[in-house]
Amino acid sequence: MTLLTGWGRTAPTPATLERPRSAAEAAELLTRAGRRGVVARGLGRSYGDAAQNAGGLVLDCTALGRTGPEPAWRLGSDGLVTASAGAGLHDLMTDLVPKGWFVPVTPGTRYVTVGGAVAADVHGKNHHVDSSFGAHVRSLRLLTADGTLRELTPDDELFWATVGGMGLTGVIVEATFRCVPVETSRMVVDVERTRDLDQTLEVMAETDHRYRYTVAWIDLLAGGRRMGRSVLTRGDHATTADLPARMRGDRLAFGPRPRLAAPPWVPGGLLNRATVRAFNAAWYGKAAPAAGKRLVQGIAPFFHPLDGVAGWNRMYGSRGFVQYQFAVPFGAEDTLRRVVARLSGAGVVSFLTVLKRFGQGTPAMLSFPMPGWTLALDIPAAQPGLAGLLTELDEWVAAAGGRIYLAKDSRMSAEMMAATYPRLDEWREIRWRADPGGLFVSDLARRLRLL
Amino acid sequence: MRNVRNALGRVDTVLLLGGRSEIGLAIVERLVRDGARRVMLAARGGTAPAEEIERLERLGAEVHLADFDAARPDTHAALIEAAAAELGDLDVVIPAFGVLGSQAVYDEDPVAAARDVAVNFGGHVSAGLAAARRLREQGHGTLVVLSSVAGVRVRRANFVYGSAKAGLDGFAQGLADSLHGSGARVVLVRPGFVIGRMTEGMTPAPMSVTVDAVADAVVDALGSGRRTVWVPPRLGPVFAVMRLLPRAIWRRLPR
Repeated sequence: MTLLTGWGRTAPTPATLERPRSAAEAAELLTRAGRRGVVARGLGRSYGDAAQNAGGLVLDCTALGRTGPEPAWRLGSDGLVTASAGAGLHDLMTDLVPKGWFVPVTPGTRYVTVGGAVAADVHGKNHHVDSSFGAHVRSLRLLTADGTLRELTPDDELFWATVGGMGLTGVIVEATFRCVPVETSRMVVDVERTRDLDQTLEVMAETDHRYRYTVAWIDLLAGGRRMGRSVLTRGDHATTADLPARMRGDRLAFGPRPRLAAPPWVPGGLLNRATVRAFNAAWYGKAAPAAGKRLVQGIAPFFHPLDGVAGWNRMYGSRGFVQYQFAVPFGAEDTLRRVVARLSGAGVVSFLTVLKRFGQGTPAMLSFPMPGWTLALDIPAAQPGLAGLLTELDEWVAAAGGRIYLAKDSRMSAEMMAATYPRLDEWREIRWRADPGGLFVSDLARRLRLL
Repeated sequence: MRNVRNALGRVDTVLLLGGRSEIGLAIVERLVRDGARRVMLAARGGTAPAEEIERLERLGAEVHLADFDAARPDTHAALIEAAAAELGDLDVVIPAFGVLGSQAVYDEDPVAAARDVAVNFGGHVSAGLAAARRLREQGHGTLVVLSSVAGVRVRRANFVYGSAKAGLDGFAQGLADSLHGSGARVVLVRPGFVIGRMTEGMTPAPMSVTVDAVADAVVDALGSGRRTVWVPPRLGPVFAVMRLLPRAIWRRLPR
């Protein structure tokens, strides 16, 4: 038995961990799952319990498709990539970017697998124009409970139950998706500071359409008139002409590595009000005076700033942390303001609170994004009164027609889930047809009573 | 390890064996206030006080009832399985049944003494082992064992009850060690004299506690990951000394 947690390092549970290298090996392992069932796991970047299965079997899929020395993906001439579900976006980018292709969607870390990106239907800074990962997938190969390998396309309902389905329809073995052509490995970035939340929302609503990638970082510790003050970061892939002459020689160079590593043990209270306030003030100040226009930046610092510090999740100490990410539809800006005011007033110590405007969602039944706003924040689990505070916020989010992101969640209730994912029953029905015996199950599925 | 099911230590399902127990119900009520949503009250006859059920339902819980007889160990494993089938994974199991008879009566009625020991110790062994098997399989969950200072060092004044508790205390320690690494755990609770229905008519001993104080301490331990809880906490050091008292003094203690 191996003790597993998500990225937030809360609620560890033991499971038998196996590492199949092929679909055939995975199918064989399915026959050995006991009555506690099985779930696939990737790089463990879901914050909560999505890739845990207490007392059962967990398939570490990061070696899937690695039977020989060749890479676990193929690039077609038109940018169509067929990748093993176990391939990491970091490895994909390292190969594809120098060839002039970029993944259609990247979350805030490159250390996720293709299978995980599909299962959580991940989104990135381009959601307002490009939707989520599932929108770019042309086909999937899914190993289902009966041991067969099914080829799924967007015409199949099981395809859309698998996208965003948190691994509960089967083991995703392979995905084919369209990549985006890029001329360079750099971004041109506009940075702008806003003085409060109203201005943040206003500027984002007015200018988002001009950029492919946008995000706002909110200083949650600023109160009073400055509540909701933010740094907006907006960018596009740089063309060769955008680059200064000295960069044009290696215009597609890409080889980021973590520059720092968090120590293996950190005192519990390191990220406290004082240190986070100092960090936030420095971050906000860095964007001074008010704006930097047309900065040239690498892909890694633009999309994945935290990947620069290996194991940054350990900075929260042994109790771990929770990430609270919710979405509310357009028109629910008052709820967003109320939540920010409540968090700010409660003195929640959040390092990197991120606000993003979502565009159209996918047809996936359990996909998180909806047209509207999403706010994400990290909070130490040891913060006093946190459980009650987040339950209170859940009620506001639900009342506004919003919901919580399953890949981040580690604490919402089954009632909240049922109330905020209106297509849950439809998903259950399709899932049940693919897995009538309930073979695929996870701690998340049990906690939220998904099956 | 902290209790699982939720990153912030909340539990969802609770099984109370001895569904009319005052301490047991007080613990359940607190867990429901903190977010537990599925509760099973198991008691003889499959009933529980209507006002208790109503109270838990008003707080948002779904209350299930089951027939449970502590004196019939052959039924305990089936009950645990039925509870898991109805509630889902068991987050907290609380065997809270027990009888407290007078030593004077036991002295005259050895059969009654043996019968009560069978409930206070034997019943907890079969129910505890059945629960532990389920918790071990599911890889998480907590068994709450209500021991007593009466079992930490057995006193002349109530040695039948005390010796059953001594057995239970030792059982719980061994079970906790056997569950180590499985994800499941045992919280061992050692209250002093508890003022409540069970002790009505008796004169409270020094450092006695209320039912509410015991329940608060148990809920605290579920959240914090503590394995042994003395209520009140100062009974821990007090009994460290009591255990060392010479027999000649110990047997002269008035109660």
